Amino acid sequence: MSKHHVTTTVNGEPAEFLCEPHHSLLDALRDELKLTGSKEGCGSGDCGACSVIVDGRLVCSCLMLAVEADGHAIETIEGLAQGEVLHPLQRKFLEHAALQCGFCTPGLLVAAKALLDRNPDPTETEARYWLAGNLCRCTGYDKVIRAVLDAAAEMRGE
Amino acid sequence: MPKMSYAAPATIPEAIGLLANAAGLAKVMSGGTDLLVQFRSGRTRPELIVDTKKLPGITGIRVTDDGFVIGAATSGAEIGECAALVQAWPGVVEAANLIGSTQVQGRASLAGNLCNASPAADSVPAMIAARATCVVVGSKGRREVPVEDIVIGPGRTSLARDEFIIAFHLPRRPAHAADAYLRFIPRTEMDIAVVGAGVSVTLDAAGVCTDARVALGAVAPTAVLVPDAAAALIGHTLDEAALAKLDAAARAACKPIDDKRGTIAFRTKVAGVLARRAAAIAFERAGAR
Repeated sequence: MSKHHVTTTVNGEPAEFLCEPHHSLLDALRDELKLTGSKEGCGSGDCGACSVIVDGRLVCSCLMLAVEADGHAIETIEGLAQGEVLHPLQRKFLEHAALQCGFCTPGLLVAAKALLDRNPDPTETEARYWLAGNLCRCTGYDKVIRAVLDAAAEMRGE
Repeated sequence: MPKMSYAAPATIPEAIGLLANAAGLAKVMSGGTDLLVQFRSGRTRPELIVDTKKLPGITGIRVTDDGFVIGAATSGAEIGECAALVQAWPGVVEAANLIGSTQVQGRASLAGNLCNASPAADSVPAMIAARATCVVVGSKGRREVPVEDIVIGPGRTSLARDEFIIAFHLPRRPAHAADAYLRFIPRTEMDIAVVGAGVSVTLDAAGVCTDARVALGAVAPTAVLVPDAAAALIGHTLDEAALAKLDAAARAACKPIDDKRGTIAFRTKVAGVLARRAAAIAFERAGAR
């Protein structure tokens, strides 16, 4: 059971790590690359707390082996803000109080970014269906949806 | 997760060799959205995972003279973005896109949904109704198998240990032909089918059905093709008499389990209702083209 050497790009920067074949991408991000923003809620692809973007596609990093990341580009919550400047989604989550405990928030932000990357003007229904795989036990989702739609409007220059 | 080894072969013969020569349990992986959950929970303990995603042709959708070739590991998200496929086979696409969340759609594949062999797999009744076939490769060569011949029971397939699916074939559509898939779940998203129904029809210029296929999911140990339900539609327009026969034939094909998600009586009744509704959508789509 030798370790695999994985070469990848994380938030635009080259990254490499060693992993066991059974490690998930989430394990590698948190334990090898020390990017602990992505969370493990369920470990079975139901809660979305570990959401990352791989080659432009939103995925659960718990449902992908770390070794599968070789040669692919990964975006995580750590890449959302530009230095000290928060992404509009992050600002709007704060303004709308779209989080309480915050455990689901990184996943929700990454999933919402993936939505706005492909659909800058989603309807409320589209946003709710897109985010159906991100569970939040605090907010009841309304504030999350309002924050996402408000961020989208701001990013469209409205 | 327990220990195992991982290989991502670059050629089909290499993949077959790995599967054929594995000492213990070897599992074929495409998207991994079912396999990795089962692996993590200890329900399956493979010694080797063979990742198919580096094999040539295993992802992507190609339009050919005969229809569509969908790579076995093509993600649900890619399937939903293929405009030509959405146009020709809207029922297959809507079924594939019902699997899991947006995140799961980024990885989940038709081959995984089929070979996981759940009776409730959403894409399977739609593919059976569509006369989809699988291109299967193994040490004895390549064969083309109808989708309905792959699953033989919950969690069990007819594939040999060194065989796997590399692509699905969907036939070309004549004029006035369309399909539809509906499932019942007690909420609007993120759930497993209590009943699923796929219907594919071809109409003549007058709206009379000349060809039909009906398949049901989650009402028997495997998805079932229901020839009597198709026969109820052929030779008819979408009239109440034909729909009543379709409904009765769908109910007669049900051998469901009783569980927390649906009783036998409920699943049986809903199978008839969904068959009717899916037929109505398929007729409407077919008539509009």
